[in-house]
Amino acid sequence: MSDTGTTTTTPAAAPPGRGPGHDRDARPAGEAAAPPRAAGTRRRWVLYAPLALAGGAFLGFYALLRGLGTGSYDPRGVPSALIGRPVPDFALPPLEGAELPALGAADLRGGLAAPVLVNFWASWCVPCVVEHPMLMRLSREGVPVFGINYKDRAEDARAFLRRHGNPYARLGVDQPGRVAIDWGLYGVPETYLVDRTGVVRWRWAGPITPQILESDLRPLLRRHA
Amino acid sequence: MIPELGHFALALACVLALAQGAVPLLGAQRRDPRLIALGPPLAAGQLVAVAAAFAALLWSFAVNDTTVLGVVQNSHSAKPLLYKLTGTWGNHEGSMVLWVLILALCGGAVAGFGRDLPGALQARVLAVLGLVGVGFLLFILATSNPFARVWPPPADGQGLNPVLQDPGLALHPPLLYLGYVGYAVTFAFAVAALIEGRVDAAWGRWVRPWALAAWAFLTLGIALGSWWAYYELGWGGYWFWDPVENASLLPWLAGTALLHSAIVVEKREALKVWTVLLALLAFALSLLGTFLVRSGVLNSVHAFASDPTRGVFILALLALYVGGAFALFAWRAPAMAPTGVFAPLSREGALVLNNLFLCSICAVVLVGTLYPMFADLVLGVKISVGPPFFNAATLPLAAPLILAMPLGALLPWKRARLWPVLQRLWWAALAAAAALLLALALAGERVWPALGFAAAVWLVAGAAADLADRIALFRRPAAAWARARGLPRAAWGGALAHAGLGVTCAGIAGMGLATDALVALKPGESARLAGYEWRLEGVRDAAGPNWTARRATVTVARDGAAVAVLEPERRFFPVGRETTTEAAIHTNGLRDLYVVLGEERDGAAVLRLHHNPLAPWIWLGAAVMALGGGLSLSDRRVRVAAPAPKGAPAPA
Repeated sequence: MSDTGTTTTTPAAAPPGRGPGHDRDARPAGEAAAPPRAAGTRRRWVLYAPLALAGGAFLGFYALLRGLGTGSYDPRGVPSALIGRPVPDFALPPLEGAELPALGAADLRGGLAAPVLVNFWASWCVPCVVEHPMLMRLSREGVPVFGINYKDRAEDARAFLRRHGNPYARLGVDQPGRVAIDWGLYGVPETYLVDRTGVVRWRWAGPITPQILESDLRPLLRRHA
Repeated sequence: MIPELGHFALALACVLALAQGAVPLLGAQRRDPRLIALGPPLAAGQLVAVAAAFAALLWSFAVNDTTVLGVVQNSHSAKPLLYKLTGTWGNHEGSMVLWVLILALCGGAVAGFGRDLPGALQARVLAVLGLVGVGFLLFILATSNPFARVWPPPADGQGLNPVLQDPGLALHPPLLYLGYVGYAVTFAFAVAALIEGRVDAAWGRWVRPWALAAWAFLTLGIALGSWWAYYELGWGGYWFWDPVENASLLPWLAGTALLHSAIVVEKREALKVWTVLLALLAFALSLLGTFLVRSGVLNSVHAFASDPTRGVFILALLALYVGGAFALFAWRAPAMAPTGVFAPLSREGALVLNNLFLCSICAVVLVGTLYPMFADLVLGVKISVGPPFFNAATLPLAAPLILAMPLGALLPWKRARLWPVLQRLWWAALAAAAALLLALALAGERVWPALGFAAAVWLVAGAAADLADRIALFRRPAAAWARARGLPRAAWGGALAHAGLGVTCAGIAGMGLATDALVALKPGESARLAGYEWRLEGVRDAAGPNWTARRATVTVARDGAAVAVLEPERRFFPVGRETTTEAAIHTNGLRDLYVVLGEERDGAAVLRLHHNPLAPWIWLGAAVMALGGGLSLSDRRVRVAAPAPKGAPAPA
């Protein structure tokens, strides 16, 4: 029993006939019997391959984690296929009783005086309440904000606007959520920047925070003005 | 008070695990029998301490102790007791405690059942398990304390993710962890073998039951997860190649390869270095899965609360264990000399082929899972690798593997000729060809499902041919019964597991023929799908212990005769303000009728109807595979002590 505890053979002392890793590839008997020494040394390096691969993977994962911490890597930031493309075709009915004009693709294509924001929102969405003051601020500053009310009840949407204020110059109602599919909506709230020629330039999934407004949105609004 | 005791028990377990990691290892190096003998009691002590901590956590959830942060975040007094208890491991902290509990159980099992192991080997295995335990206990204590208190206590908890309130999901993590952590034992055996510098037939025999048990649990765990996704997520699919699913598939693939190559070590003393590498790899991939899921680096439908600082901790553990083991491997593996030689065409050769294909599939899945992350990191592009890639890349590798499976099982050891094997399999091949033609004729030129059915028949008939050959059913039918009784259970288990894969193949092929339809029906209206008449009777309100629901009643009829009444639901959980869909499924074993209730508008309900031929066979096959593993595990040759290294007879 005690002999299992010994470590008698060190790699350096291994005779060439017992070359490293030779059962690894399960070569036929004839070849495995006496591999040439050169092949044996080369094979020994193969044994380092798992370590090297694992090392590379660790560095990569560490970089990913660093990126998560600094925000340069975000696994959930799915890009929008619409960026750089004209807005998709759609025409939405207005919100009943809100006395706001309806929204359709025609309102976003060509001849806009300034870039506009298209904001998907719903009264049942808590982050929408969070971002609402930002939209109010933008609208007061003269940035046209168009809204699309997503899968909501008309009376709830009206109550939401009464309570929190209305930032929207136009408002379409997408009760079935079909237009949202064409836009590739990830969830509400979600905001798109459409430039003066009707091309989608930017998409933000999630609430617009003061930070996002300053770091991302304002420079874009200036660039596309 | 009880949570503090649990916290203390965790700290105690950590200290005991440290002792378990150091003392027996030192004893084995110095060949000091007193130190070696300390291994089993230390392992038992660690098990008791971790079990006490887990019990304390269970108690906190059972009584809904709202001074415990984990309970507040994940539980609620209105939840049924069963889900309060399963909620213990439905969150990050609790699941880590379950993880170390299972690890400690494995250590206890090695200490308890491993009395026939050479003392030094047992000591080293226990030491490695102890060292793994220290890392994860430190991880829990430092970053994920499950007993953290809140003061003042809130009136009640914030509920559990309603999707997790499900019996399938309650069992899924424990089974999966039994698999993952089971590979810690084979890992420990491999590291011990590397330290000792020897791998022999006895080592192969000791490793195999652990590899088998871990594999069987992992198979069940993955199947349960897939089944849960099928009936709970309501998407009608069973496997989405989601990164988290892949993370559980990777150790399964490596573990399946390990299972087969360990046979070669046991019987023929060959493939030693390769088997050791696979044992390291299986656990490395289990840890990788843990890291990917917990660190938040990937985008998945299976969200765990993720936190980059935890990610760094797990990554450090991963680097320590996997990097250390691979370094030890590079240093020590050359010392392992193969003694068995064999021709390429032999049982060993077939098992090498099996390993080659399994590892290729594993590599493809690994690359497909990690590539989007690294592409984002290095190239700065967002891409997603989805089912088209995985299907296209794994099918060409799985096809030859399936083709070779029945052949390999029939090949004799050392040197074989193909012709006699083919003679014994001709009827299986004929049956597979017949299945192919029949499927093409019935399902109308759908090539992939037809090939899937052919593969299924080939595997099941091949397993039957293997058994028929072993019991000489056709050569000496009179003695067949006696031979069948004398046949080792490992042989039955192997054949059963291969046949189980065949059953799963049939299920997957059947799902290739699945049809679905999205319809909006008003009460009284009906739609047709797959020869069935689906009629919406009505939609009404329903209520459960902690949810309210809209429940639709759909009657399904065929040729005027009622087949089933299905009641899909959309549940609303007020505490978490979340909605879940409950698919209604009617199965007769050959096909599933599957209905999901969508939104309601203008008096009409949107229904998604699915007709899924042979869907239950996917999970049935996995259960058969796990059963085969269990049967093999119950083999007398596994239970009875393995022979001591130099081929000494085993004690009776």
